[in-house]
Amino acid sequence: MSDPRSIFLKDATVTSADGTQRAFIRKALGGYYVNRDLQKARYRDWERARDAAALAKWNAVNDLAVVLEQFTANFERNGGVVHWARDAAEARAIILGIAEKAKAKAIVKSKCMTSEEIHLNDALEKAGYGVVESDLGEFIQQLRGEAPYHFVFPCMHVKREAISELFTRHLGTPPTDSPEELTMIARRHLRQLYVDADIGITGANFLVAETGQISITENEGNARLTAALPRIHIALSGIEKVVASLDDLSVLLPMLATAGAGQPMTCYNTLYSGPRREDEPDGPEEFHLVLLDNARTRLLADPEQRDALHCIRCGACLNVCPIFKNIGGLAYGTTYQGPIGSVITPHLRGLKQWNHLSGASSLCGACTDACPVRIDLHHHLLHNRRNAAKESPTWFDRAFHHGFSFVIKRPWLFAAGGRIFRATLPLLRKLPLPYMGAWMKTRDLPEAPARSFREQWRHDHA
Amino acid sequence: MPDARSDIFARIREALKVKAPRPHLKGEPVAGMTSTVAKPWLPDGGETTEASLTILAEQLARLKAVLIRVPDQSSAVKAIAELSVAKQWKKVAYHGHASTRPVAAGLGCETWEVDAGFDKQKLESCDAGLTTCEAIVAQLGAILVSSTGSGGRALSILPHAHVVLAEVTQVVPDLGSALALARARHGDRMPSMLSFITGPSRTGDIERILVLGAHGPKELYLVLVG
Ligand code: SF4
Repeated sequence: MSDPRSIFLKDATVTSADGTQRAFIRKALGGYYVNRDLQKARYRDWERARDAAALAKWNAVNDLAVVLEQFTANFERNGGVVHWARDAAEARAIILGIAEKAKAKAIVKSKCMTSEEIHLNDALEKAGYGVVESDLGEFIQQLRGEAPYHFVFPCMHVKREAISELFTRHLGTPPTDSPEELTMIARRHLRQLYVDADIGITGANFLVAETGQISITENEGNARLTAALPRIHIALSGIEKVVASLDDLSVLLPMLATAGAGQPMTCYNTLYSGPRREDEPDGPEEFHLVLLDNARTRLLADPEQRDALHCIRCGACLNVCPIFKNIGGLAYGTTYQGPIGSVITPHLRGLKQWNHLSGASSLCGACTDACPVRIDLHHHLLHNRRNAAKESPTWFDRAFHHGFSFVIKRPWLFAAGGRIFRATLPLLRKLPLPYMGAWMKTRDLPEAPARSFREQWRHDHA
Repeated sequence: MPDARSDIFARIREALKVKAPRPHLKGEPVAGMTSTVAKPWLPDGGETTEASLTILAEQLARLKAVLIRVPDQSSAVKAIAELSVAKQWKKVAYHGHASTRPVAAGLGCETWEVDAGFDKQKLESCDAGLTTCEAIVAQLGAILVSSTGSGGRALSILPHAHVVLAEVTQVVPDLGSALALARARHGDRMPSMLSFITGPSRTGDIERILVLGAHGPKELYLVLVG
């Protein structure tokens, strides 16, 4: 019972039965809906703006070799060092190598989902480095020893009492139930760490090919500090984050903030082009960028679902997803939760082990409507289901499809089957049906109609 | 074994041999620069200076940033001096510039120009950082600072309050204009950091309740001259 599917079923059953927790998540998201609608209303045409954002990403992803080449040439010209990693292990080795060469002791990190994807903290800690997450939500999750619950709101499921207790235990601070006071505790604690750290690790939201800059979006200012004070700045990014021109950000940055957090723009949107210049007072001496494939090219090779690489990780699809709101982020067991996680995880980590996530959907399409870059999310869940059935059909799939095609090709057999089914339905209503227990618990079988659809049709249109 | 770079590029080229369909759009794609094409769809930044300034004031108020408008440079010096007294600032770090030096000279507290390099610990203990900026985006209430024009990377993020001294002429309508301006001004030699600051630092990580001053400045003042 330790395969991802069984764990998912077990965890999701527990969390979806927890009414208090579900109400808490709903309440936490309440403010987001209000602010998002307020900000969306400022757009003169939100739908057309989505078109522009989708096209900016579509153009870059479908010309990835060219824009990536241009980006890295410009990045290197600006004085940064590019490293390429085919997979998670290579990326970890590169970063460990940089840390070793720099004889680093303390490392401070700002929020970077790609680093969660490659389990970077584990690797750094095993190698003896002190690593501290500086984003408040990530800091809390790190102290809790738990993965992020939501890739934009990492600790949205944790109540303030629990955070207060956590801080008392780890930082020795007096208990408080004020979010403001708790934030200030973390602020005071982390400030010294930026000053002391040798290496700052950040993610990247966009790589700008035209200028060779990386763009980082954040609210707290921790990424700004992480890239300002330590001697070395390492950024880790997936290869798909590239956009062609600086001008594309004029649409992408505001839409990322509005869709993801209901803000006009996130507090800090920062473009880094290189290490400190000689005419600047501060900044890191070295600037490294690790570009990660880690199966992204596998997703790229699927033209049907290639648009999943347009994702700007705003989190909007999670915030509107009825499944996410009911089972919560941890039950997914993935780095990327919610609809986008269910779409891409099978590509990144294996369709066979992760296809069950495609089933965890009501196919309501709320995610597709919410996505600022128009990723066809709920259809991709269907595509994954289809691909899984094609790639490794279960015996049930196989038997069912054989049986189905045998019957459907013989109208008389189909009609006979229907007749038998209608006749036995009253009986079935009384029997406990095998494999249908969970479904039947909350549903009744309807009455059987006297005649089949085909009979009715023939009669009414005679 | 081929190196990772060539391997990844080979995979990309192979993958892209098959074309992907264009995303389902609401309207037909329009040729041209993204910002120009999308301008009529994005939030308004104002067609005239007056309109832009009105939008800017609204945006800053919503972001809980403080806008102080003054007619001329000498009233800016006075306004910031009053602010420092009201807030009881004891130490103010600043970016050395023709417009900021008179302000620093007019403050009744310890001041310190950081451009020649600085001690991180000392900067952390400053009550406020005073900088200029590259541009101000009315549409979003965003202030563009740079590592060359605003005293480096840390000055606008490490002290507990941030004061930006700017001229009304630096206000541009929208984000696209600000990016174009940065491109035109710096060409291929961009400052190592360009940062759009949209309100004081904030977080909603605890129960999604807004708290100002997460890691960066708790207070943001824009002093606009003219
Ligand atoms: S798939 Fe779309 S909505 Fe979901 S996180 Fe990515 S960009 Fe946002």
